[in-house]
Amino acid sequence: MKAMKNIFKKEFKAYFVSPIAYIVISIFLIVTGWFFFSTFFLYDQANLRNFFGMLPIIFSFIVPAITMRLISEELNIGSYEILLTLPVTFIDVIGAKFLSCVAFIGAMLVPTLLYPITISLIGDLDMGPVIGGYIGAILLGSSFSAVGLFASSITRNQIIAFIVGMTICFTLTLIDKMLFFLPKSFLGFFQMLGSDFHFQNISKGVIDSRDIIYFLSVCFIGLYLSNIVMEEKK
Amino acid sequence: MINVENLTRYYDDFCAVDNINFEIKKGEILGLLGPNGAGKTTTLRMLTGFLRPSSGNISVKDFNIQKDLLEIKKLIGYLPESAPLYYDMIVYDYLDFIANIRGIESNKVKERIRKLANLCAITAVMHKSIGELSKGYKQRVGLAHAMMSDPEVLVLDEPTSGLDPNQIIEIREIIKEIGKQKTVILSTHILSEVEATCDRVVIINQGKIVADGNTETLKQAGGKQHFLNISIAGVAFDEVKGLFKSFNEISEISLINHDQNILNVKVKCISEKDIRPDIYKKIKETDWILLDFHRETESLENIFRDLTKEN
Repeated sequence: MKAMKNIFKKEFKAYFVSPIAYIVISIFLIVTGWFFFSTFFLYDQANLRNFFGMLPIIFSFIVPAITMRLISEELNIGSYEILLTLPVTFIDVIGAKFLSCVAFIGAMLVPTLLYPITISLIGDLDMGPVIGGYIGAILLGSSFSAVGLFASSITRNQIIAFIVGMTICFTLTLIDKMLFFLPKSFLGFFQMLGSDFHFQNISKGVIDSRDIIYFLSVCFIGLYLSNIVMEEKK
Repeated sequence: MINVENLTRYYDDFCAVDNINFEIKKGEILGLLGPNGAGKTTTLRMLTGFLRPSSGNISVKDFNIQKDLLEIKKLIGYLPESAPLYYDMIVYDYLDFIANIRGIESNKVKERIRKLANLCAITAVMHKSIGELSKGYKQRVGLAHAMMSDPEVLVLDEPTSGLDPNQIIEIREIIKEIGKQKTVILSTHILSEVEATCDRVVIINQGKIVADGNTETLKQAGGKQHFLNISIAGVAFDEVKGLFKSFNEISEISLINHDQNILNVKVKCISEKDIRPDIYKKIKETDWILLDFHRETESLENIFRDLTKEN
């Protein structure tokens, strides 16, 4: 546990000593800010539905960019060997890297708290969907982090890690949007696989155990696969 | 202290380490010697828990690598080949991270880092990022990293590669100093390093142990044969060959070079008997001019070459 805490601290710091954190956060804020406020006054409604609506797509690009270096970089420069010969377990390493990414996503979402604050000043904002939306955003970010971590563990090339991670996240987001050509009986099943579907449920302010279980299972599968890949490398 | 039994490692179909056995006692400095690709690094990686053996067993103290890997990792300080450290970290931060993860009490961390920085002479670069350091400094930071928790076993994979001669001597002194109390295993392909630092040598070739012992016994084992170097002026190689034919002890005469009328030959003798007086008498009977005549002491280098020759 102590080892995990130390690796977590190191990984979280590492985001902020390199320019990557600032670039990713800026891009995220510019893109969400632009798309959200460009239509906000046209709708003339005091809610954040548009902001949360586009999060799954934006996270599909942003989160793999955050996770791509986590293991790939270590494999590439060989520091992986140093890390694994310290008194740590795979669970410490994977857990710490995963949590550092989740914490980073949390830090990235903090400036967006300005949106609900300003909106509640100029209109009557329903806080339920906002709280649900942020809980959903963290869950969504966590599951995409787990996917990205897995993508990062399979290759020493960060660009490949990014593309693989983005492809999986994108598929998870869009899978239930592509169903019009399938028979109706499949619909329910594929809808259950889509992360966008579950995220939109939560961001309505309805916290359903099914949605939470969905995100936790994606996290678990991603981390478990990373663990298998790393074990294989031994 | 460390016991390696029937250790084998395959990379797919390639057998990198083939059924090796050895034992290391406490306080011993063991040199692992071998040509490139012999399996040195693979052996060390299995010892430190980075790679899993395909079969066989390693035990350190009473711990078994299959069951108590974490305990073994706590006992071992490891410097991987070419010191692959976190390049974007500052040296001090890096050592601080290692100290914490190695479980050094937080009030002793500063003192420990300062001590190691002095020992490895990296005080001047403590606030530079590791990626900016020269190879030699990286190697020293790696050494500080390996010694952080004052481990009972120190495993060093080519510790002096990339260092200048002064630094090599310094590092050797440090290793010798540590080796008085701790167990040190180092791999190298520099033979003089082994002679200078190690109590014992294990020579590996193509995944197998081909020799094991201290440098003296190894030299004696190969000591039955020895070489004589002779330089003669004013004679052809065939004449020399003809003259030495009568000696049973000489197994081979080879020409080193022949320039400006001076002939350099190397004579291989396969007996312990010193036949120099007889050879000298023989040469005296002729009108050749003997310029140089000396016996080559059997060096570790020759033994190494013999043992690791490609068959």
